[in-house]
Amino acid sequence: MARNRVAIVGAGMTKFVRRAQETSKELAWEAASKALESCELTLDDIDAVVIGSAPEAFDGVHMKTEYLSDGCGGWGKPVIRGFVGGGTGVLSVIQGWYHVASGIFDTVLVVAEEKMSACQPHPQGAFITIFDNITERALGPNLLWIFALEMNAYMTRYGLSKRDIALVSVKNKRNAADHPAAMLGDPNITVEDVLNSEVLAWPVQRLDVSPVTDGAVAIVMAAEHVARRITNKPVWVEGIGWNLDTAYWTNRDLSYPTYVEEAARMAYKMAGITEPRKQIHIAEPYDPFDYKELHHLEGLLLFDKGKAAEATALGITQRDGDLPVCPSGGLLGVGNPISAAALMKVAEIFWQLRGEAGARQVPGQPKRGIAQAWGDLMQVGTVVVLGV
Amino acid sequence: MKEFVYNCVSLSEEDFTQGRVLFETWKPVARYAWDAGIAIGRYLRELKNGRLIGVHCPNCGRVLVPPRMFCQDCFVPIDGFVPLQDTGTVVTFSICYIRWDMVRLEHPLIPAVIAIDGASPGMGILHLLGEVKPEDVRIGMRVRAVWKPAEERVGAITDIRYFKPIE
Repeated sequence: MARNRVAIVGAGMTKFVRRAQETSKELAWEAASKALESCELTLDDIDAVVIGSAPEAFDGVHMKTEYLSDGCGGWGKPVIRGFVGGGTGVLSVIQGWYHVASGIFDTVLVVAEEKMSACQPHPQGAFITIFDNITERALGPNLLWIFALEMNAYMTRYGLSKRDIALVSVKNKRNAADHPAAMLGDPNITVEDVLNSEVLAWPVQRLDVSPVTDGAVAIVMAAEHVARRITNKPVWVEGIGWNLDTAYWTNRDLSYPTYVEEAARMAYKMAGITEPRKQIHIAEPYDPFDYKELHHLEGLLLFDKGKAAEATALGITQRDGDLPVCPSGGLLGVGNPISAAALMKVAEIFWQLRGEAGARQVPGQPKRGIAQAWGDLMQVGTVVVLGV
Repeated sequence: MKEFVYNCVSLSEEDFTQGRVLFETWKPVARYAWDAGIAIGRYLRELKNGRLIGVHCPNCGRVLVPPRMFCQDCFVPIDGFVPLQDTGTVVTFSICYIRWDMVRLEHPLIPAVIAIDGASPGMGILHLLGEVKPEDVRIGMRVRAVWKPAEERVGAITDIRYFKPIE
């Protein structure tokens, strides 16, 4: 199938904060304007806009696409918004990719925004309605249940301890100390801090989980002939993949994310990757909880099942390790404005591959990286492989 | 990349409690009456009778629970309802100390996925565990449903109060 080669040519973001004074629309504009500025374009140069944002319930504003569109530069342009829960930020890049790869558009502005703080008394309330309305909601669930149940299944299957998993939180929060937009960077955090934090829903403790966050991220994507005029350092989208598992989540083996593997295989095939462990140099898997980074590294086929924790303990996933993982600081460190957090991961790979990540720059001039997000009812995997 | 980070305004809790910023509040009224549907409708009716049921897929031969009108793997209609036992095995569990709004609970809830006896392997449902100390719960533990008395059952998943360990 003939398709145009697509590059990312610019990226920008807001700081990630617990509560921003800006409205959702204002945050979207801040990120979009920074992305355009980064590649010296104006909105006139943009053919179409892709918006990524998670549930309307956070904002209490229905038809959020329309509400956000002005801030995303969508006025008078073709606009689309896809939504797969936490997987949305990477899905928006996939949508941006096929907008350009299809030949319909030369330039696309992709904006992911999330303002969770408006939802009272706690944004967790917006998640109650993801549970089955008849057979589950009556039991009084909250969002942490599904993570806690999955984490316990994962730990038990592979005989992992809380300490094994806490190392991920420590690594990412330390990495985030070097990110200028980070909310929870902490160069001095220790495993003991994580293990001694408040128990929320065992095995999940306070520092195992990413925080409620407001923020926005934007990137500019362009067809090859345009990208080469915009920048001498285009970062190519080499592969994309996405996959959805059944919503009957209590019928699945929660210890392994098959849907992430399927999404990764789709992306690897497109990118011509046959040995991901050799050909992927840097990874930003989705880490809303510390165990999820491990879970996803295994789903991405970067480590054997149950072995990602051992690799973490050996330092392989540190910024100066063989496979730097979440050098940005991830959701655990930079923050987790749902869809924006996942697009932040794509932006991080973009900056890393261009050698522009500043204090976070991984050594060895990485040539290829992967970003992955996850969401819905523990059932969606979205993957993008970028290269230079 | 530092220059491409927009320094948005970060607010503190005091900004709101002390009225330093203006804001607007709204309380939605969102009421729904959901039809339980063909398969879950029958499931709820049997729960009222004090029984758990599953469905049988004629193609893959699996017995699925919760019931569904079609097998999502084979995408064919199920060919009948199958009585299940009200016993099962804990597949995974959590000990939850907080409510949805992050208020701490005095007594933790123990949500669990329970694979129901009589259904195919791995067919679990979400429910709660009771009559067990949190520290005694184990994956693989055998449990039995504790039903509400017949006159209190209404045709809901809460007609089972919780599952308790089998002695």
